[in-house]
Amino acid sequence: MTEVQTDQNQVRSSREDDDIIQIKEMHKWYGEFHVLKNINLSVKKGERIVICGPSGSGKSTLIRCINRLEEHQKGKIIVDGIELTGDLKHIELIRKEVGMVFQHFNLFPHLTNLENCALAPIWVRKMPRKEAEEIGMNFLERVKIPEQARKFPGQLSGGQQQRVAIARSLCMNPKIMLFDEPTSALDPEMIAEVLDVMVELAEEGMTMLCVTHEMGFAKRVADSVIFMDGGEVIESNEPNEFFNNPKSDRTKLFLSQILAH
Amino acid sequence: MSDANLTPKENYTPGNHPDLPPPPGTIGTIGWMRKNLFSTPLNTFLTLLGIATIWVTIPPIFNWAIFNSVWNVASRTECWDQMAYPNEGACWAFVQNRFLLLIYGFYPEPERWRVNLSFLMLILAAVPILFDQVPKRKWALVYSVAFPFIAGWLLVGGFGLNPVDSDKFGGVMLTIIIGVTGITFSLPLGVVLALGRTSNMPALRIVCVLFIEFIRGVPLIALLFIASTMLNYFLPPGSQFNLLMRVLIMVTLFAAAYNAEVVRGGLQGIPRGQFEAADAMGLKYWQAMRLIVLPQALKISIPGIVNNFIGLYKDTTLVLIIGMFDVLQIGRSSLADAEWSGLANEIYLFTALFFFACCFSMSRYSLYLEKKLHTGL
Ligand SMILES: Nc1ncnc2c1ncn2[C@@H]1O[C@H](COP(=O)(O)OP(=O)(O)O)[C@@H](O)[C@H]1O
Ligand SMILES: [Mg+2]
Repeated sequence: MTEVQTDQNQVRSSREDDDIIQIKEMHKWYGEFHVLKNINLSVKKGERIVICGPSGSGKSTLIRCINRLEEHQKGKIIVDGIELTGDLKHIELIRKEVGMVFQHFNLFPHLTNLENCALAPIWVRKMPRKEAEEIGMNFLERVKIPEQARKFPGQLSGGQQQRVAIARSLCMNPKIMLFDEPTSALDPEMIAEVLDVMVELAEEGMTMLCVTHEMGFAKRVADSVIFMDGGEVIESNEPNEFFNNPKSDRTKLFLSQILAH
Repeated sequence: MSDANLTPKENYTPGNHPDLPPPPGTIGTIGWMRKNLFSTPLNTFLTLLGIATIWVTIPPIFNWAIFNSVWNVASRTECWDQMAYPNEGACWAFVQNRFLLLIYGFYPEPERWRVNLSFLMLILAAVPILFDQVPKRKWALVYSVAFPFIAGWLLVGGFGLNPVDSDKFGGVMLTIIIGVTGITFSLPLGVVLALGRTSNMPALRIVCVLFIEFIRGVPLIALLFIASTMLNYFLPPGSQFNLLMRVLIMVTLFAAAYNAEVVRGGLQGIPRGQFEAADAMGLKYWQAMRLIVLPQALKISIPGIVNNFIGLYKDTTLVLIIGMFDVLQIGRSSLADAEWSGLANEIYLFTALFFFACCFSMSRYSLYLEKKLHTGL
């Protein structure tokens, strides 16, 4: 534990202010394709940010750059004072602190729900199995499915699976949670149960970056809403302004489209 | 629309109705036979044809193999003397006479307890690997890992035991040694090769691809010939690198190349999301492989891997070409004995049954494993 902390202090020399995530003039290409253009974003501790925009606008790519599931080619990303470079040690440190929830849950089907939760604490945090399982059980209770602990993910409904996935991320006690369209793959009647968990999490002060088109959720918990299109941040504002008084035409068009139904 | 319209006669009021038994003849033995054996005229015809075939073929086989068979005699002539006509029944006395040879090959008689002990220990070593509900499995597995060395010592001797030259090995014993060694070592090696072939380090990938493609592109017989002759050119002159050892290595490499391709297929069946989830939670490459990817990939690959194992096990008979006496070759050469010649059916049937028993067990085990690992997604 102490060893890790000294590690973190060494690499944290680049820390500048209280922003837990700083993205500066970041660009990313897929081959020739310029997918993210000049992204600037800073997120304070405890801040909740909702990212929306049309399909293919680079939302997933942006949040996946934050835990280095994708590599950026230009600019800076600093997470919790650690700069993301090719350095594997930095990447490992950041991934320990950043939880991610995927559209398709990505639970491990060969492990029980509890084992899914306990896995990272055991292998990444080097926690004894018993303690890790207690933590896992704790978070499964928090997402209100402790009775499913010994079942396999394949035996659960989509909404339950996504709640297990959230619990699994929380077991690592992350400082930041990333959500990539967590409710898009769910049947309508299951969306609410997942959003409820996310709202609770937001109210507890978790730093959250959330790609979603659930505008009710955005209005309720977001500190700011970011609109992306064509790999660029077009507009960023606090939710009331964003929804009632969008500035750019593209935002207006997008909002009219998703609010139409 | 009212209820009266739906069920005009009985005026079926909505509510709770008791479960009624299904109509007669749809369940139970009669129902099953109707559905499966006599559902259509063609089906009925095929059923009758099947019964007729069994009627015609099974009794003669039983007569030959059991009722008219002869045991406990000293030669073929004595066998046939007891029959109405030659070959009316099986002369199992032949197999009986050669039984120890078929099992132990030329392993010296006073030392055969070592083979028996090794076999017993092999079973004890296999159990904790094959079944995970074994108590104290961790310790049992330590023993399993140590077993090959113990068995090697027991069989070859030295260190207090009389040394036995490995060209005395033969029969079932030799077949099991080659088969089990090939199976146990080719799987881990195959997994490593598959990971190498899918890795993003170009040098490693190229080495693995070349290895796999070379081994797969060459017949096993050719590899065995290479093992028996050519390797001598590469080894320092005068060094006696045991032939059995070379065969074991070749068979293992051969099976590993095939397993690598099956495992690679399994790896491709794992969705990207699994790798991403593992990465996102901070697992290192080897942790992600060991805990997330391989368990799933190997599960998908079970049918293919077991298929390779069964193929390998039967291919061990090819060693007879380079002069080793596996169970098939012992049987073949027994036929040269004038006392017993002409009893090929008996000896080959015995060999076939031996291989069938081994391979069928593997096949059943793989089904058990697939069922056990099925978790509903
Ligand atoms: N691995 C990849 N290789 C090449 N292009 C990609 C890759 N992943 C995504 N893209 C492209 O990048 C763009 C942005 O993708 P993404 O970030 O997934 O958008 P969003 O999440 O906003 O729908 C899309 O045009 C997509 O086709
Ligand atoms: Mg997306």
